[in-house]
Amino acid sequence: MRAFTYTRATDPQAAIRDSAIAGARYLGGGTNLVDLMREGVERPEALVDVTELSSEISRSADGTLRLGAAAKNTAVAANHTVRQHFPLLSRAILAGASAQIRNMATVGGNLLQRTRCTYFYDLAARCNKRTPGAGCDAVQGFSRLHAILGASPACVATHPSDMCVALAALDAVVHCSGPDGAREIPLVAFHRLPGETPQQDTVLAAGELITAVTVPALPEGMRSSYRKVRDRASYAFALVSVAAALQLDEQGRVADLRLAWGGVAHKPWRASRAEAALLGQHPTAQVVGQAVDLELAQARPLRDNAFKIELTRRTTAAVLAELAGAPA
Amino acid sequence: MHFIINGAPVSAEVDLRTSLLDLLREHLRLTGTKKGCDQGACGACTVLVDGVRINSCLALAVQYQGRSITTVEGLADAAGLHPLQQAFIAHDGFQCGYCTPGQLCSAVAMKDELARGIPSHVTADLADAHIAATHDELRERMSGNLCRCGAYNGIVDAIRASMEGEPA
Repeated sequence: MRAFTYTRATDPQAAIRDSAIAGARYLGGGTNLVDLMREGVERPEALVDVTELSSEISRSADGTLRLGAAAKNTAVAANHTVRQHFPLLSRAILAGASAQIRNMATVGGNLLQRTRCTYFYDLAARCNKRTPGAGCDAVQGFSRLHAILGASPACVATHPSDMCVALAALDAVVHCSGPDGAREIPLVAFHRLPGETPQQDTVLAAGELITAVTVPALPEGMRSSYRKVRDRASYAFALVSVAAALQLDEQGRVADLRLAWGGVAHKPWRASRAEAALLGQHPTAQVVGQAVDLELAQARPLRDNAFKIELTRRTTAAVLAELAGAPA
Repeated sequence: MHFIINGAPVSAEVDLRTSLLDLLREHLRLTGTKKGCDQGACGACTVLVDGVRINSCLALAVQYQGRSITTVEGLADAAGLHPLQQAFIAHDGFQCGYCTPGQLCSAVAMKDELARGIPSHVTADLADAHIAATHDELRERMSGNLCRCGAYNGIVDAIRASMEGEPA
């Protein structure tokens, strides 16, 4: 592991000041960054520990949830306000990692875990994300776990977060602060598709710090669900995951729908085309299938992962049937 | 760096790159905590920080300065083994024993998480304040601790027995 300096910030301004040197990185729980540093994939020269910054979990009068970036995953998932008003968020967090890792990991760190694949970890493999311009051994390699949507010839890795898939469906907003001031970024615009620059996972500028995530209230009575399909019953990344919230009108037509997918792309995938196609429709199996197919028309499977298209189709149909009241 | 380890203050001069796991094993000679995968996948390195379970391999020691750390060496007291350790013996909760320190520390904290009403992936009702320690709940909550001997049934039996206050 490369040598680094270490400071612990007590307020956001101090953190931003401390990170204003080349090679500085913010450190949350470290569950991804420390691991990548040990492997020699990440080589920061300075770590700015931001775990003593705000870890608040609060709900304002208009129902908006506010999560300090240093809030631990376990604290968010176990919080009674989150469980009552944002069960989708609790469910997604609880579907991720292990209890030990959820106890360490922070909200900000979950957003900033690297979009990655096994070739990214393997220093003997070519990887454009690790070494820009080096090439990608995953595209022609073992690609069972890789992206089917929004990938590029330069990178086919997936973003592994469960929490972010729920946040994408919930219209969450990421609050950032940096040398040039503060700004808010919708969660769905926070992570990037790889394009020609897969080394950049997010739109954050150098030195920008996540301070909080806010989640607007869901309409009263809206039902939601998170379903994760993986190779073992627990403690594995998603092959495909579906976060959905659905409200039907009195005639049983879709009045409001939020649909996001995990495990399929370089970022949490908000299925906007499928949402638009379902709005105002009776969500029968046929209508849901057509709407999902519309979204999946953009899918470009690799050698080993075409099964994800059918898995996404079936999992989404099952979740929406459950939310619409039919037997799951 | 200063820590409280198994109740006693400890100071150590170590490189910033030292993991909490390596601090314990290589510098303090507390070799009960095991290095399995060294990448957060197996749970053999599980220790408690202020009573909360974490993977010590994914932690830099410097992040946990001043905190109270409990390792498997800190579970037993002068009166004898921790009840959970007795239960692991009574119920064959191990074969080779390599994962056992992590399993023990993990289970101690897991019982506390259950008592505090923290839900899991298999908890049916998130509103439930009193979550029953069913077989499925215990397996899910212990899924961060792998046992390559496959002693899972004994591990779950031991944990259930200790929770039910069964005499060892």
